[in-house]
Amino acid sequence: MELELAEGWVEGELAEEFPQLGLVHAPLAARPGRSPLEVKQRLRQLANRYTGGHVIHMRQDAVPWAYRVFARQVGIDPDTDRTPVEAIALERLRHGGFRSRNVVDDALTIAIAETGVPVIALDADRVEGELGLRLSRPGERLSDARLLTERQIVMADDRQPVAMVLGEVSHTAGVTPETEHMTLCALRVKGVPPIAVEEALWTAAEVLVGPD
Amino acid sequence: MLQEHARLIPQRTLPDERAARRSLLDQIARLEQDLSQLFCSMWPRKDFTFSVEGRGGPRLLSLGELEGLRDELAARVQHVRRTLSDRTYSEEQYRRLIEEMMLDPDSHKWRRVSNEDIGEPGCRHWHVRPRWSFIGMLMGWWRVVVSSGCPLAT
Repeated sequence: MELELAEGWVEGELAEEFPQLGLVHAPLAARPGRSPLEVKQRLRQLANRYTGGHVIHMRQDAVPWAYRVFARQVGIDPDTDRTPVEAIALERLRHGGFRSRNVVDDALTIAIAETGVPVIALDADRVEGELGLRLSRPGERLSDARLLTERQIVMADDRQPVAMVLGEVSHTAGVTPETEHMTLCALRVKGVPPIAVEEALWTAAEVLVGPD
Repeated sequence: MLQEHARLIPQRTLPDERAARRSLLDQIARLEQDLSQLFCSMWPRKDFTFSVEGRGGPRLLSLGELEGLRDELAARVQHVRRTLSDRTYSEEQYRRLIEEMMLDPDSHKWRRVSNEDIGEPGCRHWHVRPRWSFIGMLMGWWRVVVSSGCPLAT
């Protein structure tokens, strides 16, 4: 399997504020569907490694902590709106395991739980041009519905915002059952080594495509 | 001509604000670290509040908002630290009480200390009770009963 990782653009003011902020993305020819048995087994094995003590001490681990700090610095309360890795850990504790949904969600769960780096998947055919990070502009909307307030940090293509940073993905760019090509995106913040971000994307891609 | 170009350049953070912003972001990171450490030290104790209200993020906060966030975080860290300190003092007193109960049960009739009182997980408790019920009560045969685990879920 080959994965071409590319660095997304970061708009000037945002890059000045957070010099180490970055978006790494990679195209992938993969379709959504049910998770194969191996993926479900991997989820089960992963859940067994997540103990209560592990989850409690997670916020002192370098990578989850870095995303907590970033969330705080951009006005999110990570104790209310959990970072992706903490949300997954909490789900594991509540349900006693990771529930398999579909291969895309499962791949993202595995990648996030194993590396702590938030990864999202977009429908590559519904993304126009290069992906990057910028501040929202007056009157812009996410999913053609929700009005964004000014200066919100969004992931965007050449045309419109495609996702909120550490938040929801737009319906206009998200993966659907008809998706044939995906773009995997991972957010890099200060304190997160680039290799962790690459590992997250490789892990998600490997689960989506399967070992070959 | 130069003025025309200057108007076209997008307005960014003012240079004199940048250093202050960076310093505030670093302070927020340090306070978040303190809060995370306190969270880990606090476990398994309950009734602690760690939440500091969000600012409608993710967005680029203004200098005033960053200052407000920093101050709230500092106040929260101080509050949690003080509460934890009070709680550990009280737990120490309860540990001492358990020792005294073990050494001299007669002086601590019916006293009961739970794991929660000493800041530990589980449902174990130490209870000073009379041996053989009423006979023990009349004869002054007191002892400490250490309960085993949590009751079974129904």
